[in-house]
Amino acid sequence: MVDLFSYICPNEVYMKKAWQLFWSFFRIGAFTFGGGYAMLTMIQNEICERKKWATEDEIIDCFTISQCTPGVIAVNTATNIGFKQDGYKGAVAATLGVITPSLIIIILIASLLDNFSDNIYVTRALNGIRVIVLIFILDAVIKFWKSGIKNTAGFIVFAVSLVLSLFAKVSSVYIVIFALIFSIVLYMFNKCKEKRTMNTKEDNDGKNS
Amino acid sequence: MERILEFVIIFFEFFKAGLFAVGGGLATIPFLYEMADKYDWFTKEELLDMIAVSESTPGPIGVNMATFAGFRMGGIAGALCATLGLVAPAFIVIIIVVKFIEKNKDNPVLKKVMDGLKPAVTALVLVTALNIFNEVFFIKGAKNFLKNPSIDLFNYKSLILFIVIFGIRYAFSKNKKLKKLHSSVWVLVGAVLGIVLKM
Repeated sequence: MVDLFSYICPNEVYMKKAWQLFWSFFRIGAFTFGGGYAMLTMIQNEICERKKWATEDEIIDCFTISQCTPGVIAVNTATNIGFKQDGYKGAVAATLGVITPSLIIIILIASLLDNFSDNIYVTRALNGIRVIVLIFILDAVIKFWKSGIKNTAGFIVFAVSLVLSLFAKVSSVYIVIFALIFSIVLYMFNKCKEKRTMNTKEDNDGKNS
Repeated sequence: MERILEFVIIFFEFFKAGLFAVGGGLATIPFLYEMADKYDWFTKEELLDMIAVSESTPGPIGVNMATFAGFRMGGIAGALCATLGLVAPAFIVIIIVVKFIEKNKDNPVLKKVMDGLKPAVTALVLVTALNIFNEVFFIKGAKNFLKNPSIDLFNYKSLILFIVIFGIRYAFSKNKKLKKLHSSVWVLVGAVLGIVLKM
C-alpha cells in the first residue's frame, strides 16, 4: 500500500533534483481537490514526510507567503519550494509539475466530455472526496493554529480576522493588509515601550548609585 | 498574424488575472466575468459550466479555469497561453519575495510581520474549512437545516465516512507506515466509497 504510487515515479531517488520536484508536484496537482488549503496536508505528506525537503514550519511559512502574494496558492507554494530546493531550475520544474495534470485533465474533459459535472458517478465520487478534503483542511487548521498562534496578540489578530471574514465577508486581501499593519504597529509599540523601560531602568540605576 | 496576436492577448489577459487575484484560485472568477464581457471568447453561461468542471476536477481551481477558458478560446495553444499567463506573475513575485526573505532572514521586523500574518491566514483557512463543512454535511446549507431539521437535509453518509476516516487517521497518527502513505490514497478511498455508498 505504501508504495502504491511508486509506479508513477520509478527509482526517483536517482533522478535529478528538478525531475524529482516535477514529479512530486505533478502528483500533488493530480490529487488536489477543493482548492489550495486542502493541499497543505498533501504537500506536507509529500515534501516533509516522504522527501524530507522541508520542515513543517517551513511549509507553513510557504503557505503564509502564498496567501499574501498574487496568484493561485498551490502554484505559489510550488514555485517557492522549488526555488529553495534547486534555484530557478527547481522553481520552473515544480511550477510546471503542479499545472501539468490540470492541463491534461481539463483539455481531455473539454474536448471529449459534455456535461462532465452532471454525471451521477462523478457527483458521487466528488461527494466522497469532499469528506476527505474536509479532513485535510481540518488538519491544515490544526497545523496553522499550532504554528501561528502563540500569544495574545496573535489570538486577537486571529479572532478579528475570523469575524471580518465570516460575518462581514471582508475580502482576504484586506484581512492580510490588516494583519500586516497590526503586526508592524505592535512591533513599533513594543520597541518604544522597551526603550522607555530601559530609560527608566537607567534612571533608576543612576539614582541608586 | 492575427491568430498570434490573439494568443498574445489571451496571455496578457490571464497575466492580469494572475497578478491581481490575491488569495487563491476563486479570486480569478471576477476577472473571467470581465473577459466574458469584453471579448466573444465564451459566454457567461459557459463560464458557470467551467466553474463547475474546475471544481470537480483535480488541480488548483484557478489553473483549471484558465486552462478551460484558454482551450475554449484557442485550442491547446490557447490553453497553454492562458495557463502560463496566469502562472507567470506569481512565479516572478514569489522568486522576488523568497530572495528578499532569504536576504533579510535575521531582520526582526520581517520576522514579526511573518508571525503577525500567520494568525490571519489561520482564520482564513478556518473559514474555508467551515464553508466546506457546511457543504459536506448539509444538503442546502446549515441555516436551512436549523430552520427545518429533517433527515432529508442532512448528509448522514458523509458524517459516517467522516467519523470513520478521521478516526482511523487519528488512531494511527503515530504509525510511521500510515504517515508515509501517500495522501492521494485517501482521495481515491473517498472517491470509491462515494460511488459505492451512493453518496
